Amino acid sequence: MTDTTQTTPLITAKNLWKKYGNNVVLERMNISVNAGEFITMVGTSGCGKSTFLKMLLGMEEPTSGELLLDGKPIPNEPDQSRGIVFQQYSVFPHLTVLENVIIAREFEHSPLIGKLFGGKKQKVIEEAKALLDSVGLTPALAKYPHELSGGMKQRLAIAQALIRQPRILLLDEPFGALDPGIRADMHQLILKLWREHNLTVFMVTHDLSEGFYLGTRLWVFDKLRRDPHSPEAYGANITYDLPVTRKKTPLPNELKAPEEIKAAEMAL
Amino acid sequence: MKRLINLTPTKTTRWLLGILPFALIILVYIFASDARLAENASDKLLPSFGQMGETIHTYVLEPSKRTGEYLFWVDTYSSLKRLFLGIAIAALIGFTFGLLTGAIPTFYAPVAPLLTVISLVPPMALLPILFIVFGLDELSKVALIVIGVAPFIARDMQRCTQEIPHEQIVKAQTLGASTWQILVRILIPQLLPRLIHAVRLSLGAGWLFLIAAEAIASTDGLGYRIFLVRRYMSMDVILPYVAWITLLAFVLDWLLIKTSHKCFSWHYQKTQ
Repeated sequence: MTDTTQTTPLITAKNLWKKYGNNVVLERMNISVNAGEFITMVGTSGCGKSTFLKMLLGMEEPTSGELLLDGKPIPNEPDQSRGIVFQQYSVFPHLTVLENVIIAREFEHSPLIGKLFGGKKQKVIEEAKALLDSVGLTPALAKYPHELSGGMKQRLAIAQALIRQPRILLLDEPFGALDPGIRADMHQLILKLWREHNLTVFMVTHDLSEGFYLGTRLWVFDKLRRDPHSPEAYGANITYDLPVTRKKTPLPNELKAPEEIKAAEMAL
Repeated sequence: MKRLINLTPTKTTRWLLGILPFALIILVYIFASDARLAENASDKLLPSFGQMGETIHTYVLEPSKRTGEYLFWVDTYSSLKRLFLGIAIAALIGFTFGLLTGAIPTFYAPVAPLLTVISLVPPMALLPILFIVFGLDELSKVALIVIGVAPFIARDMQRCTQEIPHEQIVKAQTLGASTWQILVRILIPQLLPRLIHAVRLSLGAGWLFLIAAEAIASTDGLGYRIFLVRRYMSMDVILPYVAWITLLAFVLDWLLIKTSHKCFSWHYQKTQ
């Protein structure tokens, strides 16, 4: 994996801008990401990290500049090359756990009615069961999402996102609504799946310690320039791009304060 | 003593309290009817339950002397047929338009403004046009129900479609779904219980349009009958017919709820 990915970056942004009217959200972004990286993105609300995730997903298009996947412009609508897990509403409430996962294969093999029967169905059921087992949902196969806890719902959303074997997995604050204990389990799960499925992960989080713990690379989104009379005039950029090793990474001084605040919050 | 807002009646008291108003209305009617009949035995305004029973007995169980038909059942059959046909067509049209305008922006742009204007046209004002265009037969009565109900269902379905979280639509695309597959597997199944709800709400309007159309031009039907016998002040027919229509409406509503709960249990647990 390492030799090829070093040469051609998976994702490249060249002088990327995103504006909504006069509101500049992102400006002058230049980044390149290799396959297999685990990028965590932190920053204040409205600093553009979710916008960047949406651009990776194809829900938003760059206003100017380029966003490339394998050197080609990234597809401008969501498709099976990029999986997504949102904070909520990620699973289909009218389908059981198993149906939620096999539906992806049914989309693939049954263009007309989106449903499989008989032997074909049995095959995708086996595949889905194996995947659901790896996220620990075997006891809940026949349950509907409303019968699941928050953590189980997110496990399902992750399994669903992985069945079409995307190369890129996008996570939009996936564990933001979970209890701390459940969150720790989910961290282990996502790290395991990241390794097993050779994924490149982009994850938006509000939790700096989570960002440091999970990522191989941590991005801090912030505005470099500020106009106090017109806060919308300048957009955000990646102000820190920190390589994270699994050991302790020394924290830049500017980032210490929020981390300490976070630690204090956790202690409460 | 607790505050009034904190007092919850027990199940038995709730039942008794629920029955109480019905019992009171019946009692008041019986007293008023007795009082009027005591003064004038041929009074037609408030017939006794006995008189109503006799009349309805002939309508239900004896063939009409003129046509040989069992009027009550012929009326019920004709009315229900028109109502079902009208509501079914309206539900189909409304569902299709609501789904497509709610889900597909390119379809929304030309259709939604038109839909808004159409839903503001008072359907009863179109009845003369329907009679002119479709004649006085079944078609114009069914058409009135369709025109009266379909725009409401369409707009309700449009709103429901737009209320389905956009995350689901994005997720389906990341699983490789086409527009058609999203409609068939994601949107339509989730909209069906909402369609049943919309149909329940529109049944009241459906009955209104049905009875109005029957009152104006018809030769049978529940609405036709009560407007016909109004000429003879036959309250002994009108009152039981109104009660029967109410019962039919109640049963239809109940059947729709039961069906919806049985087929779409996930919908109800989610909203609880």
